[in-house]
Amino acid sequence: MPTPPHPQDPIVEVHDLVHTFGRDIRALDGVSLAFDAGMVYALLGPNGAGKTTLIRVLATLLRPDSGSAQVAGVDVLAHPTRARTRIGLAGQFAAVDDYLTGRENVRMIGRLYGLSGAEAKRRADDILEGIGLTDAASRAVKTYSGGMRRRLDLAASLVGRPQVLFLDEPTTGIDPRNRADLWTLIRQLVDDGTTVLLTTQYLEEADRLAERIGVIDHGRIISEGTSDELKDTLGGAMLELSVEPEHREAAQGLLRDALGDEPVLDPETERFRVTAPDGTRSLLVAIRALDAAGIEPDDVRLIKPTLDDVFLQLTDTDVQPEVAS
Amino acid sequence: MTALTPTPPPPTASQDLDRVPFGRAATATLVITKRNLLRNVRLPQLLVFATIQPVMFLLLFNFVFGGAIGGSLPQGLDYIQWLMPGLLIQIAAFGSGQTALGLVEDLDKGVIDRFRSLPMARSAVLTGRTLADLIRNAFVLTLMLSVGFLIGFRWETGSLRFLAGMGLALGFAYALSWVMATIGFVVRTPEAVQSAVFLPVFPLVFASSVFLPTETMPDWLRAFADNQPITIIANAIRGLMLGGDTLPAGQTVSGQALISLAWISAITLIFSLLAVRQYRRISS
Repeated sequence: MPTPPHPQDPIVEVHDLVHTFGRDIRALDGVSLAFDAGMVYALLGPNGAGKTTLIRVLATLLRPDSGSAQVAGVDVLAHPTRARTRIGLAGQFAAVDDYLTGRENVRMIGRLYGLSGAEAKRRADDILEGIGLTDAASRAVKTYSGGMRRRLDLAASLVGRPQVLFLDEPTTGIDPRNRADLWTLIRQLVDDGTTVLLTTQYLEEADRLAERIGVIDHGRIISEGTSDELKDTLGGAMLELSVEPEHREAAQGLLRDALGDEPVLDPETERFRVTAPDGTRSLLVAIRALDAAGIEPDDVRLIKPTLDDVFLQLTDTDVQPEVAS
Repeated sequence: MTALTPTPPPPTASQDLDRVPFGRAATATLVITKRNLLRNVRLPQLLVFATIQPVMFLLLFNFVFGGAIGGSLPQGLDYIQWLMPGLLIQIAAFGSGQTALGLVEDLDKGVIDRFRSLPMARSAVLTGRTLADLIRNAFVLTLMLSVGFLIGFRWETGSLRFLAGMGLALGFAYALSWVMATIGFVVRTPEAVQSAVFLPVFPLVFASSVFLPTETMPDWLRAFADNQPITIIANAIRGLMLGGDTLPAGQTVSGQALISLAWISAITLIFSLLAVRQYRRISS
């Protein structure tokens, strides 16, 4: 019997995973990450970044060239069968059978999981109810909408009560309403105690769902942290404003004194840009200083970096030759 | 909303094995077999087209060629008598392509990934697929025989020998399923598989004794035709269903049946190993 994982141990722990397809496509180029149970961890990256490859390794579908991976206290490379009793996987495409009913699909997975016929039936009914598909459970899946298929696929991945759930781009190709429903469902799973590792190309999704985000590109984690931490790496908010040309010189000095940073005049937009270390407070301080000098600023904006900015900046500075595929 | 993932019970001993116990592997095979068969039941058009084609072959060959060929056959056999045992093999061979198509479709849709992420015997994907195809083949062959019976086919030996003949046809279909599984895992794209599966089957079926005796073929072709498994098994089935005097001189029914069994076993053994190896390779 293996020892149960120590409560403080990370539930997923990956060290220096490398995987190469063919000669020189390094899909994973030394990925390391670790996170604790009970959260959503989002892998954020563009197409071909290595997200799916990493999920496939953790879900025991792919053996990497080197490195190690532990999931729920099990070494997935040494004991894949054991690892499979602790994980659930919903891949990029809903892997459900069109000609079976929703209930039959989930029951089949239960039977394959090793449940008896009666247990599989009970479990399928419970999950379908929890996931809001009871009414459609007796219909063939070919009559389902795209969002329903995704939910059914998620249901199938929950049959074994996984400790860790892997979701590969769970909402790609789903309309906004269904996406919001799936987000609610995923949060619900986490509240029930499941840990979720999901991949996404959508910054909003990572921002909304995940406690921690790993930005992945060219097979490497290039940045990691909470959504706020990632935004902070860009240096916080910026204040942008314009003043009448005759007040520019005075305004520049006032802003420098008020905020402690040299304002930069963008020659094209003719607007000042200056860091606002305290966000809205800095904005107020700057406006008061200008107002006291009788300068009325125009078109004032406080710009907070979005995850998009983080993402674009991170993936931009990571100059690497495009890998031929 | 009920809790979807209540705290799992502590892992039981059976959950923590590194191998799935045989009993569960057998259950998984049956579950997947049932799933694959249900597809034929729920999408009846699949089965309808899978049966129309063989029946068409049977009717066309019999009524188009039967008159011209009749008379020239050994023992003055009616053409339907010659054709029917051969067609069993032809249909088994053509039908086996379904194994490759089914596997590649599952691969393409991510179904095989889902199965492989479960704590089940991985081999069940292959055993369940080939078993379902065997059952489907048994259905199609039975239907063919019934149509054959309507247009005049009669077996002339005992029921046991007749059943043994059917057994050989099904055994060959099963062996070919493994060949097709291997091809499917090598080719992997649904569109390409469609044509790839016919490549090995076509020359083997036509350069054989399925439709006609091999005597009139050019020597080089006849040398191939007489020694390839489809001729050997077609002859064995003919001998079992119609009697030894339909066989070429020097051959006995039991001899041909034994060589047939050897071919079927060898093909099954070699290609099941190849298919499993190829299947494993998908994961690296």
